[in-house]
Amino acid sequence: MVQGYVQIAIFFAVVVAVVKPLGIYMAKVFRGERVFLTPVFGPAERGTYRLLGVRPEEEGQDWKRYAKSLVVFSLLFWILLYLILRTQGLDPWNPRGFHAAPWDVTFNTVSSFITNTNWQYYGGEVTLSYFTQMVGLAVQNFVSAAVGIAVLVALIRGLAARSRKSLGNFWQDVVRILLYVLLPIAFVGALVLASQGVIQNLSGYSVIHTLSGGTQILGQGPVASQEAIKLLGTNGGGFFNTNSAFPFENPSGFTNVVEMFLILIVPASLTYTYGRMIGSQRQGWAIFSAMAVLLIAGTVVAFVAEQHGTPAQHLAGLHTQALEGSTGGNMEGKEQRFGIASSALFTAVTTATSTGAVNNAFESLTGIGGAVPFANLGFSEVIFGGVGSGLYSMLLYAILAVFIGGLMVGRTPEYLGKKIGAREIKLVALGVLVTPLTVLLAAGLAAATPAGTRSLAAGFTPQGFSETLYAYLSQANNNGSAWAGYTGFIQPHSPGNAGAYGITFANLLGGLVLVSARFLPILFVLAVAGALAGKKVSPAGLGTMRTDNPTFVFLLLGIVILVGALTFFPAILLGPVVQGLSTRLF
Amino acid sequence: MRGLGKELRTGAIAAVAITLALGLLYPLVVTGISQVLFPGAANGSKVSFDGRVVGSRLIGQEFKGKAYFHSRPSATEYSGDATFFANVGPNSKEGREDVRENLAAYLKLNKPYDRSLTKADVPVDAVTHSASGVDPQISAANARIQAHRVAAVRGLPPAEVEALIAAATEGRGLGVFGEPGVNVLKLNIALEEAAPLQ
Repeated sequence: MVQGYVQIAIFFAVVVAVVKPLGIYMAKVFRGERVFLTPVFGPAERGTYRLLGVRPEEEGQDWKRYAKSLVVFSLLFWILLYLILRTQGLDPWNPRGFHAAPWDVTFNTVSSFITNTNWQYYGGEVTLSYFTQMVGLAVQNFVSAAVGIAVLVALIRGLAARSRKSLGNFWQDVVRILLYVLLPIAFVGALVLASQGVIQNLSGYSVIHTLSGGTQILGQGPVASQEAIKLLGTNGGGFFNTNSAFPFENPSGFTNVVEMFLILIVPASLTYTYGRMIGSQRQGWAIFSAMAVLLIAGTVVAFVAEQHGTPAQHLAGLHTQALEGSTGGNMEGKEQRFGIASSALFTAVTTATSTGAVNNAFESLTGIGGAVPFANLGFSEVIFGGVGSGLYSMLLYAILAVFIGGLMVGRTPEYLGKKIGAREIKLVALGVLVTPLTVLLAAGLAAATPAGTRSLAAGFTPQGFSETLYAYLSQANNNGSAWAGYTGFIQPHSPGNAGAYGITFANLLGGLVLVSARFLPILFVLAVAGALAGKKVSPAGLGTMRTDNPTFVFLLLGIVILVGALTFFPAILLGPVVQGLSTRLF
Repeated sequence: MRGLGKELRTGAIAAVAITLALGLLYPLVVTGISQVLFPGAANGSKVSFDGRVVGSRLIGQEFKGKAYFHSRPSATEYSGDATFFANVGPNSKEGREDVRENLAAYLKLNKPYDRSLTKADVPVDAVTHSASGVDPQISAANARIQAHRVAAVRGLPPAEVEALIAAATEGRGLGVFGEPGVNVLKLNIALEEAAPLQ
């Protein structure tokens, strides 16, 4: 176990080392300043503005116009992606001759990729052509990530502004985020992964005559270019059905750590960018600390629980302790090259951020190990969270914490010198509550109706309940990982994906949850940004509650845990906790 | 002040331009560079034996019979083009039965060649499903147990089989990340070279 803790500690140390340089770099990008890549991408940037017909310097947008541009942009991409997916049979680079998936599955998939979720009812290698993966889905991995970051940047500008209305220009933000942040890092990441064995080609599937005389068909495709942005943009949708557990997506212990690094660097560094843009690094580190405490706690719990093994294994007479040359632990649904520590770490990192890529099977986690993804999602993806979305959600919690703290000590609540009034706190409360409410409503509906329980693999058991709850937790929080027994798409393995059909209820409910739990909070966040932008900044005095010290970090943690626990504790008891405390089999 | 019509036009141009740049240009450039710089890795890390491709170094295969090292159990029959998780829950009866059967089969196969072998010696990876269904590796403990059988059946000295295992062992990433494992396909190819089956 000691070696496992060493891996985990070194990984976190490397991430922390990147936070400052990348944070400073992104602050420059968001402020429109010159960076070292300007000579490379500057012409493309200016050309794009001309093509789009925008003059960013002259066209600052208030929150409503910023939101309008964002909604128009996302809606048009929704339509474009739907068309690409539904015309798959006509498009090129389709060596397996896959037909388009049915309308209901497509509705779910499109909503999922537009919202940075990448929840997948389909298996990539038995459903999608290379064209669809590249031109359809991978593009959304960039775009939805850029939208999330843009909303954060607008909120930060609102917090930092001194009595003005403009939150910046949406089009400029998206273009600069894509060109200077996401594309260069994804490009380098893709080449590193491809050099290590993540495939990158447009060949047909390989038919292999194996060493002992059998036949094995190996899926191929442009995987590395999609893999890098899948992680960097906290998207998580696998090219292959088994995602980052499949060796062509994640071939070694080294690529595994590269993938986790790609997941965390942007969300972690954005806390530094935040501190820089509001003019106080301590504020950024305070938020970072609150996030880091929860992430490390989740990682350790998952590691210890998975090392223990499961009731089913122990009752079968298997010894799960470490032996010489074996880690022991719950290796069901895990890969030898990752073992227990790197699987537990990946699990915590991918669910704390809203990534949802997996390198092991969540459905096979131990009860308590499985409670970690539940808790991370139950906290509404604020533990680093999605790129942009994690921090903007956390800032809503920070404002809520200031408000509650202010009530407790009888002071007017202020955040960064801005008085928090009734309008702001109403918007914040709506922004914080809309996602958990969506989850509980949708999961309740799905668990209680025959149309919903058709999707279950594990039937009416605690495991089946976990499948349902996690499905809607994951979609509402835009994570995308799954207790994979829960299905909305029945796919017999036959040529061209013939005979496949969707479970309409799961697809539609999921699609509506995805869209509303992404875009409603975004609108509330932008409204908060607009309300705060117009406020004066009052100087800090003796009566000001500080938001950059350990007391505030503690208060913030308390609020996050309280809201998450009050909302989800009863539901989580019925699933993973029952499984963790019982040695009964179902 | 921009009207909705102008926003729609800007959005439509942006959608097309971004799709061309990030959906075609970016992946094709990455493909081009990868095909030139690391063609082996970018095309699936294929390995050959006796002049023909017999698989990928990264993708596990099914091995049956006493003369080969066996891969970990797979829920997908070692499929490389239709992957899925076994989805066996921690408290499932099915999971207990799977482990029981795998444990019994493993002991039955290996115990005749290693009389001291008991349930307590069997490493977890040998009797549980891998995640991908095509885990290319097994643990060192698993390989060491199977070595008794393979050495006896192939008529190789145990020390030589141990050396082949060591040669097929892949370490942690950068010496720290993940776990070491024995690559089963590499090992079986080395066995075929050292002591071919008749």
